[in-house]
Amino acid sequence: MFEQSSYSEQYTFFQKLRSFDFVLIFCVLCLGIISNFSMYSTDGGEFLYHSKSHFIRFVTFFSMMIFLSFFNLRFWHSTAYLFYTITLGFLIWASMYGVTASGSQRWINLYFINLQPSELMKIAIIVCFARYFHREQMSNINSFKNIILSMAILLLPILLVVSQPDLGTSILIAISGVIVLWLAGFNIKYFIYSGLTLIISLPFVISMLKPYQKQRVLTFFNPDRDPLGAGYQIIQSKIAVGSGGLTGKGFLKGTQSYLEFLPEKHTDFIFTLFSEEHGFIGSVILLILYGVLIFRILNIGSHSRSFFGKLFCYGFGSAIFVYVAVNMSMVLGLLPIVGSPLPIMSYGGSSMLATMIGLSIVMSTKIHSKQIIH
Amino acid sequence: MFDGGDSNVRKFNTVNRRVFILKIAKGIIFTGIVARLFSLQITENKKYLTLSDKNRLREWRLPPVRGEFEDYFGNVVAGNTKVYQLHVVPEQVEDFKYLMVRLKNILSLTDKQFSKIVKKKKQQKPWETLIISESLTWDQFSKVNFYLHELSGAKPVLSVARNYPYKANYTHVLGYVAQASESDLLENEEIKNKHVPGLRVGKTGLEKTFENSLIGTNSVKRYEVNAFGKRINQVDFKEGEKGQKVKLTIDTEIQKLCNELLAEKSGSISVMDIFTGEIIAMHSSPSFDPNLFMYGISYKDWDLIRKNPLKPLINKTISGLYSPGSTIKPIVALSALENDVISTKFKVNCTGKMEMYGQTYHCWKKKGHGIVDLRDAIKQSCDTYFYEMSRRLGVDRLNITAKRFGLGNTVFKNLYTEEKKGLVPSTKWKKNALGKGWVLGETLITGIGQGYIQTTPLQLCLMTAQLANGGFKIFPRITVDKNQESLEKIKYKMDESLKITNENSSSLIRSAEEIFYKGEKEYNKLFRNQENIKFVLEAMSASTNEVRGTSYRSRIDDPKYRFAGKTGTAQVKKITKLQRELDLDTAQIPYEERDHAWYVAFGPYKDPRYSLCVLVEHGGSGSATAAPLAKKLMKKIIDRHEEREKIRKNNLVDI
Repeated sequence: MFEQSSYSEQYTFFQKLRSFDFVLIFCVLCLGIISNFSMYSTDGGEFLYHSKSHFIRFVTFFSMMIFLSFFNLRFWHSTAYLFYTITLGFLIWASMYGVTASGSQRWINLYFINLQPSELMKIAIIVCFARYFHREQMSNINSFKNIILSMAILLLPILLVVSQPDLGTSILIAISGVIVLWLAGFNIKYFIYSGLTLIISLPFVISMLKPYQKQRVLTFFNPDRDPLGAGYQIIQSKIAVGSGGLTGKGFLKGTQSYLEFLPEKHTDFIFTLFSEEHGFIGSVILLILYGVLIFRILNIGSHSRSFFGKLFCYGFGSAIFVYVAVNMSMVLGLLPIVGSPLPIMSYGGSSMLATMIGLSIVMSTKIHSKQIIH
Repeated sequence: MFDGGDSNVRKFNTVNRRVFILKIAKGIIFTGIVARLFSLQITENKKYLTLSDKNRLREWRLPPVRGEFEDYFGNVVAGNTKVYQLHVVPEQVEDFKYLMVRLKNILSLTDKQFSKIVKKKKQQKPWETLIISESLTWDQFSKVNFYLHELSGAKPVLSVARNYPYKANYTHVLGYVAQASESDLLENEEIKNKHVPGLRVGKTGLEKTFENSLIGTNSVKRYEVNAFGKRINQVDFKEGEKGQKVKLTIDTEIQKLCNELLAEKSGSISVMDIFTGEIIAMHSSPSFDPNLFMYGISYKDWDLIRKNPLKPLINKTISGLYSPGSTIKPIVALSALENDVISTKFKVNCTGKMEMYGQTYHCWKKKGHGIVDLRDAIKQSCDTYFYEMSRRLGVDRLNITAKRFGLGNTVFKNLYTEEKKGLVPSTKWKKNALGKGWVLGETLITGIGQGYIQTTPLQLCLMTAQLANGGFKIFPRITVDKNQESLEKIKYKMDESLKITNENSSSLIRSAEEIFYKGEKEYNKLFRNQENIKFVLEAMSASTNEVRGTSYRSRIDDPKYRFAGKTGTAQVKKITKLQRELDLDTAQIPYEERDHAWYVAFGPYKDPRYSLCVLVEHGGSGSATAAPLAKKLMKKIIDRHEEREKIRKNNLVDI
């Protein structure tokens, strides 16, 4: 049995290359190209700061993703806790010595890059859980010890991110963490109980929110309440998307973004700009690309013979879905505005880095799908 | 595969089952997002497209070009001149302080002007145009252009502004324009719709009355702007329409003469066509230059105008109220004749004064006129005769005749907000207004145009016109109107009105109001017996053209220019016994207490066409002060007649 498995681990370079998931790579490349053109448009049709650095990041991290894909899945399995711990350490570092920008202490200065550890935590939490439940017996999963420990693993980074303060990212970490826990086999009743507890405690949570966060929640329910203040972003974003029509205003012709009515157009609202310029058709194509990407990730998971790889792929695929759905719903006025980037599309190195690491683990799972990790 | 065994299979099954549920959930949520995109981009596309255009396009309205005023002969009397302005867009200036210091030197601005501009700059957005100067002299303009390469950001601009080429001549006719105030915007919807900062609108006179047709429409520039309101580029330009031209009935030559005649005096002159009602001249003195108001008048100039005791701001022709004095005598005589109170043969012995009801009423001639009949009484303006006649007539019958001929009511309908009605007293009026009964003595002084009666100069001009045209109602106007009736048609209508039988139309018992408001442009006769009118006109001619007539010295013997008139000398203060005995010369009395000098006239006598009214405030006697002015004026009017007729006929062709 051991020999068998060690035999199957001996893939040559070309074998590994052949078992690459090219659909996945195609989707990522497409999204990458679209994102670079969109960034070019946010710079007013010039190859300036944002488009330049986005391009460099995409190329670097994409190459890194290909490179990391060759790593054995075991590597990820064995370094999972380390990865989580280091990221947690970064988060603590950030909360103590972090770089403050726009009222939030999110970044740590790594000299060659300003890293946002909360973005990395989005991946780390999934890897960590995948490792944790890999060896766990089904009958043991709902044990008291497991519940307490996994709650601790999840809540620790969330609390650190909330205190930055960064409500958006912490919600996203929470959602993807909860999904992984549920997939791992946690009894549904725990989710119902904690969900009820959350609803009951919601008024207290809201009373603890910062004024600007409260404002955003209230504005979400009625954007016209304060059209030039807090509701401005939602209204302008809806105007931009709505005025795009079927085919859009054309590349570099989005007046809402070009004339700077759009806020945060290269980060959270990049989809708005894309949708204004390329209309309904463009938006649906983008959505299909994301759909295929997520489908492929889930598919790779279902073919994996290791629980680690399977759970990671399911968790990561769902997480990507959550990021995309939350971001789009937000800019389309279906959810309140919380900071949440659109994977690959949005400007931001840490987000790109985390996504690419996640994708490389997925790719590694694909390549080593026959492998069983002990 | 052994590790885990059954438990592992269960674990795999659970996770696969749960992922399947998630996939369905994801599918539903993605569908929801697509549905939302559809509703925004397809269903509500139009709404958001409009909102997006509203976001990005801004309109910049430019001030409309104001319509011009022309006189009867087509001369522009209120036009637009090119002015040279200096604009700066602070945002486009590299070093604003340096530019301002340079400009201060070049334009030689005072410190006060300089700080005013700096203050204005602080109140504006940096991309809004800052007007450094509204009107540069040609010298300054060329200097700025010369140094322009050093003045980056400064823009010399050609603009238009209201201009009154005849300066003080038309001030009271036209009024003036100045920057629109808050109340202008509230009162006039049209101004509000077309308002741009710095817009000039009519403040008084015809400029105000015709505001809505003069104002024109704005030129509109559409710009694309960014979220901060900064202009990015011009999208299109819609040229506005110039305001409509308003043509006046006034003859500038005569208007100018009026101004000259009244120079250094306070008073009013008005001239009217006795058939068409066209105002040929209308001047109030002293006047002022309305161009001063264009760029905000200086305190010094404004004080000079405001504090002038001769009141240049008041349009005396229509809003000055005065006792008409003897100029009312033709109407008193007409009223007495029409009501058969006296006949033309009726005689009175004038001894210089008359005792009645325990009071003494004096004639202007101390020694008395002796035995006079009606013709002599008008010709020599014998007060005693008129005391006796009005005593018999009574104030109420006089009131009806006077009102019929245009006294006690505005001459124009809603043309000038400042126009006054004046007052023709009656017993009923006194009861209502003062709560006292009429005293017979008051009838006597009303009969010589003193006491309660108050008229504007233009009312007397109209009264004279309606006598001179044979006793027909006319409708004074100051603008040429496309729909107005021709002279021929007016004369025809007057003849027609003669045919109407006496009983219904002209019984003097009918109230004056009935005639006034019966119908527009009905040139009705205002008399019962035209012989009475003819008699009065003949007596007025005697007053001017016969020896011992009050204005004999101002007559013109040439039949072409011969005119007829009536002098008036209105007391402003009751003459005391002492003053009567002193019999001072005008020059010896304090200015404020001197009599007002009146003269009303019509001419040419054999075929009357024009009437005029001259008032010189505190000018002394009508025959000495007012009549000589009328003589010069009448000559000019008749000299201009032929040219005016030419234009009138041309206008007919046009219409």
